Amino acid sequence: MMDKVRDIVIPGEDIGDTKTDRSGYGTFEEDGKIISKFVGILNKGNFLSVVPLSGVYIPRADDKVIGFVTDVEKFGWIVDINSPWQGFLSVAEGVDEFVDIKKTNISRFFDVGDMIYAKIVDTKRGDVQITMRDPIARKLKGGVTIKITPSKVPRLIGKEGSMINIIKEKTGTIIRVGQNGVVWISGENVDKAIKAIKTIEEKSHIIGLTDEITKLLSD
Amino acid sequence: MGMKTDEKFIIKGKRLDGRKPDELRKIEMKVGVIPNANGSAQVSFGNTTAIAAVYGPRELFPKHLQNPDTAVLRCRYNMAPFSVDERASPGTSRRSVEISKVTRLALEPALFLRDYPETGVGVYIEVIEADGSTRVTGINAASLALADAGVPMKDLVVAVSGGKINDTLILDLCGREDNYSDADMPVAFMPRKKQITLLQMDGELTPKEIKEIIKNVLKAGQVIYEKQKKILKEKYEEVS
Amino acid sequence: MRSEYILRLLEKNERLDGRKLDEFRKIEIKTNFIKKAEGSARIKIGKTDVIVGIKTEISKPFPDMPNMGVLKTGAEFSPIASPDFESGPPGEDATELARVVDRGIRESESIDLEKLCLKEGEKAWEVFVDIHMINHDGNLIDASALAAIAALLKTQIPKIKDEKIIREDYEKKLPMLHKPITVTVGKVLGKLLIDPTKEEEEVLESKLTVAVMENNNICAMQKSGDSLSIEDIEKMIDLAITKTKELRKLL
Repeated sequence: MMDKVRDIVIPGEDIGDTKTDRSGYGTFEEDGKIISKFVGILNKGNFLSVVPLSGVYIPRADDKVIGFVTDVEKFGWIVDINSPWQGFLSVAEGVDEFVDIKKTNISRFFDVGDMIYAKIVDTKRGDVQITMRDPIARKLKGGVTIKITPSKVPRLIGKEGSMINIIKEKTGTIIRVGQNGVVWISGENVDKAIKAIKTIEEKSHIIGLTDEITKLLSD
Repeated sequence: MGMKTDEKFIIKGKRLDGRKPDELRKIEMKVGVIPNANGSAQVSFGNTTAIAAVYGPRELFPKHLQNPDTAVLRCRYNMAPFSVDERASPGTSRRSVEISKVTRLALEPALFLRDYPETGVGVYIEVIEADGSTRVTGINAASLALADAGVPMKDLVVAVSGGKINDTLILDLCGREDNYSDADMPVAFMPRKKQITLLQMDGELTPKEIKEIIKNVLKAGQVIYEKQKKILKEKYEEVS
Repeated sequence: MRSEYILRLLEKNERLDGRKLDEFRKIEIKTNFIKKAEGSARIKIGKTDVIVGIKTEISKPFPDMPNMGVLKTGAEFSPIASPDFESGPPGEDATELARVVDRGIRESESIDLEKLCLKEGEKAWEVFVDIHMINHDGNLIDASALAAIAALLKTQIPKIKDEKIIREDYEKKLPMLHKPITVTVGKVLGKLLIDPTKEEEEVLESKLTVAVMENNNICAMQKSGDSLSIEDIEKMIDLAITKTKELRKLL
């Protein structure tokens, strides 16, 4: 039996008219028409937009991301944020105390392999500045990470956290979701949580997913 | 193209494999065949099969190739040694280098590469079975793979070969036809505005014949486009 | 983090996908689907996807084996298969894989190379086994070796007319004497692991690839990684022999 799906559109597909609609994310205008840029779900709100069903993470200011320190440099750390662009965490944004970089080996604060939950400050071309100066920011220890398509993160979180909270409650886990598609899970039933998250990733375009996930977790 | 023969390739209006002159071979398409890739597709036209994978947008190395305004598109067309009659030595040939270039130029106009400055997009095409018209099969696969990867596109890219044999204009040349044709013309285009992104020709054709072939190609391209559209949506229509 | 999690599971004899330590993933085999090739096979072990194509050409036999056909095995780690594969000539991993698969076929004398001689010292059939990776999710050697044998078992020799090969017009099957099967056994945390995924491979301490013939004799071996004790090796060979029996049933 086929579940009800939302409208799927493809790149180059005509979805509206500039006379009657306004073009939003995932669309472009040409010759008075609004056209999809992606294979994605069509959203007919105030703006006509398309949510891509695949694609890499494009960093945006204020996004919360989970990253991995890949290099320790003189003035900060290079962080892999699961994106075509690297993240950079400066000493100023990473450490609260005063640090004399001439005398200090900063790897005592963050070292290669460390996993951090951080916030994006600025995304000038090619240089993504991140910060740990935020109440949510912290080093993550233990647990397991999985990656999902970044555009599906809102679906995983749900309206005001409704979806992710169901998973957390029913599996007794702590879950931190990065807008960059990296998800960190720690606790009792990690496997069950991973299964639920993978299901959401596969079926993000299906209506009635919340019920399906609740059922999956109750078994 | 160009081998001389008295052989008949069109008998009573039908080609060697029973097709009409403007008929395409059986087309098969699949997307998401390579889990490691950001996007992928496998396309067959009769016994010609190409698998395309897209990796990216991703960090581009070496760094000096990065462009501050746009993603850099790289394309590699390769034939597997077992894809042809006489085994082909692995590695690049002048032919594969040229086809890699024209393939890149066939796909580039369809992509919003400027949305991803400093990055690279890698498109890799492997021909695993070669029975004529391999470059256009590769382009059809690459177009699907790019859409599957979530690379923003203005339109899909559709490709098919045209040509002439025994004084008849034909479409979708198979291997034998390719070898003995009077002319061979691969074409790729973006269907929405009929913008042609690949055009090559070798042989001898009158300008009128060329126009006619292009007309036939645009018509056949619509069939290919509808299949591409269907296969991209199908992935999300049925979830077991 | 991910490697640590995998190791934590292995400590409890568990794996990410719920398999037992000595269990293979789901295996799919398709043969003779490439018309241009004299033989072909596509093997999927889990998400690992490998195509082997067999081509037969006429060439000169080796001077020291004038009455035998020639076998050549090559492998391409095509960039489509993994973000870690780059275009270019085969690196050390691709070269090693090709040579290991080759040894399994050659040392077991599984192809009756004598029957491939056309004119002693002058002409013989050359059998090209070309391995092409499509998706890399670990255990490439086992998948490639299995695909190679599956393809060879279905390979046909074309007819020759006036010194020319008549493609797609076949004379006979490729004469095969044996069905060697290759299994790689991994070692980590004192445990033996079969059919690792790409992620699991990254935590293995050492590997032993064993090619086994139908009579349970070993025709080729290759060790990689850290050192192994004699007991380790004996256990790994035993496990390999058991697993090759399973795989042989698939052909």
